[in-house]
Amino acid sequence: MNALTTTAVSGAEILLRALKAQGVDVIFGYPGGAVLPIYDALFQQNAIRHILVRHEQAAVHAAEGYARSTGKVGVVLVTSGPGATNAVTGLLDALMDSVPLVCLTGQVPTHLIGNDAFQEADTTGITRQATKHNYLVKRSEDLARVVHEAFYVARTGRPGPVLVDLPKDILINPAPYDDPVAGPHRSYRPRTEPEPAPIREAIRLIKAAKRPILYTGGGIINAGPEASDLLIEFARLTGAPVTSTLMGLGAFPASNPAFLGMLGMHGTYEANLAMHGCDVMVNLGARFDDRVTGRLNAFAPGAKKIHLDIDPANINKNVVVDVPIIADALLGLRALIEAWKSDSTRQDRTALADWWQRIEVWRTKDSLKFTQSLAPGATIKPQHAIKRLWDMTHERNTYITTEVGQHQMWAAQHYRFDKPNRWMTSGGLGTMGYGLPAAMGTQLAHPDALVIDIAGEASILMNIQEMGTLAQYRLPVKIFILNNEYMGMVRQWQELLHGGRYSESYSAALPDFVKLAESFHAVGLRAETIDDLDRVIAEMIASDRPVIADIHVDKRENCFPMIPSGAAHNEMILGPEHEEEARGITDEGLVLV
Amino acid sequence: MNAIVEEPLRSATISVLVENESGVLARVIGLFSGRGYNIDSLTVAPVEEDRRKSRITIVTTGTELVIDQIKAQLDRLVPVYRVSDLSREGPHLARELALIKVIGQNQNRAEALRLADAFRARVIDATTESFVFELTGATDKLDAFLDLMRPLGLAEVSRTGVAAIARGTRTI
Ligand SMILES: Cc1ncc(C[n+]2csc(CCOP(=O)(O)OP(=O)(O)O)c2C)c(N)n1
Ligand SMILES: [Mg+2]
Repeated sequence: MNALTTTAVSGAEILLRALKAQGVDVIFGYPGGAVLPIYDALFQQNAIRHILVRHEQAAVHAAEGYARSTGKVGVVLVTSGPGATNAVTGLLDALMDSVPLVCLTGQVPTHLIGNDAFQEADTTGITRQATKHNYLVKRSEDLARVVHEAFYVARTGRPGPVLVDLPKDILINPAPYDDPVAGPHRSYRPRTEPEPAPIREAIRLIKAAKRPILYTGGGIINAGPEASDLLIEFARLTGAPVTSTLMGLGAFPASNPAFLGMLGMHGTYEANLAMHGCDVMVNLGARFDDRVTGRLNAFAPGAKKIHLDIDPANINKNVVVDVPIIADALLGLRALIEAWKSDSTRQDRTALADWWQRIEVWRTKDSLKFTQSLAPGATIKPQHAIKRLWDMTHERNTYITTEVGQHQMWAAQHYRFDKPNRWMTSGGLGTMGYGLPAAMGTQLAHPDALVIDIAGEASILMNIQEMGTLAQYRLPVKIFILNNEYMGMVRQWQELLHGGRYSESYSAALPDFVKLAESFHAVGLRAETIDDLDRVIAEMIASDRPVIADIHVDKRENCFPMIPSGAAHNEMILGPEHEEEARGITDEGLVLV
Repeated sequence: MNAIVEEPLRSATISVLVENESGVLARVIGLFSGRGYNIDSLTVAPVEEDRRKSRITIVTTGTELVIDQIKAQLDRLVPVYRVSDLSREGPHLARELALIKVIGQNQNRAEALRLADAFRARVIDATTESFVFELTGATDKLDAFLDLMRPLGLAEVSRTGVAAIARGTRTI
């Protein structure tokens, strides 16, 4: 025997060695024929824990929850064909929200590829537009290198999901194992350090600003907790107000007086009007999403725009900016702070004080206000349920995930995040069914934390099978359902845009969520009126088991403020608590989603 | 309506140096179709001795902002080494090759041959009723020749698409 054959091990073994070298301690997966060699290798070791989900989509969302709550790369393992296609929604979700994942998919043996073999799918073809990059491993000797490269690509630059397709013969055949190599990738070289010129220009603009605003996004969170600290420092230095996208919540503390709340379609009055009226806008790690900008030609018409983003393709994509800064948010903020300190120009503090005075006037509108009757038997307002949840949990070590709909927006508005990595929601793709598996992955990463999925009764049914996973691994995730018996967000649009014709948006034939919880070995609780709410929340928190809390809330409640599609930031509709007329939505708005 | 729609269009010739791996062309084409960009012409072939790198040349039309987007989107693909906008980075040369079959008799045949000579097209196949011409040149030269051949019995065309390179010492 020569040296090569003595060191050669099976492809599955190589894969596990590579995962260990990448620091992987948990993977989310589901077995099948094409990946059996990997499952066999997993069986014979203890370093990597495998979490058996109940559907491959949930494996991906669980890995997303794990990644977003830890800053590490999440790992998924699924079989060929249906295993891979079931994972596609999760991959696109991770791509749109810049979540670092490595998804390992089984594939039919190389000699059968292209023959319509059993459970064959063109996985790299199907996922090409749903991943940051993907690989089909065709030679055993490439396996270790490709796996290491996949992790590198997933976590660097703008993070995202990377898929590695593994034909079964590659998993069986022996080959030598290679450690990760240091040094730059041949062709892929993300830029992370800012150039000095735009940093200087940005500081010049911000110092001269009379009405500045910082508009921050998920890029700050992806840059790590230190970036959040620098954001606080930069806001303090500049004295500018701060607003955040849905993805960025927690990067800047909601309790900081400079925080105006979330902006965009369901953002606060003060955040959106400040965006509309600012003269210098500093976008830090956000991407001018259409949910944020509203009508583009009326977006912050008088503002000079500075845009810090790690992805050059985000520059001038939706909004043309004056000063682009291509950099990692941490390095970009560090450079901005240094440049601010070394620039001797004085800021116009009087103008800034006037700007804050205007903002304070907008704030008095109290655009998120709602009225909760405390009379016995009163109906629970969904906003109040979130508010009480916050009151009773925010001093604990709490992580929040959500599904998609009104409950998600109420959670974003009324649960106030003071730290990054505590809020996991599907922003870009808006995937119903995200919250429960994401909470599962979060709970695995933080076994002692309180992890709550704020859910709607419709969304929760999209991955309800994961109750089985919670039971199997004793993951005490709390599912807090704002049950309004409607796909509330759909019903709201039908009420406002489609003449109140509630086509297919009623949640008929719902299960009994208490019994459903019990049948999955969890605790089921229900709150029907305001009298039950605090008790149910308290019991939910006190339980060391998974819980479904079915909170019956007002069925007719809408989520306000709202910028209708096709409208500008200063054309917000406020809620019934406010006098304003709801303005009609334009035809152009009707075609937008 | 946003401002982007109203801006003038321009044609861009973009050269992309890529890792020569399976799927890389699909990635580039998928990017154009998925994001609604135009492809007027696309050529690809390995360009290094060890065949590890390929060069893709794309001719596209769009507003200045869209062309900047295309370049940025291409540049962020993992197997892409370099993206060069030849039409912006200085003078460049662009050539295409066409094989053109003309079927006809008598008068038309003689006229086709005469025009081919004027365009410096080479006859690479001939029968008593047909010619195959080989013509290399800029896209508009090929277009002009084809327009002239149409009434003379133009039967079939095969074009390579544009290959392009910067003038002088500049390299990609
Ligand atoms: C997978 C998926 N399908 C459809 C939609 C469209 N959609 C957005 S919100 C929503 C209704 C959600 O209802 P529910 O979970 O009860 O939340 P609510 O709005 O009532 O709080 C629907 C159908 C979606 N976002 N995701
Ligand atoms: Mg609902």
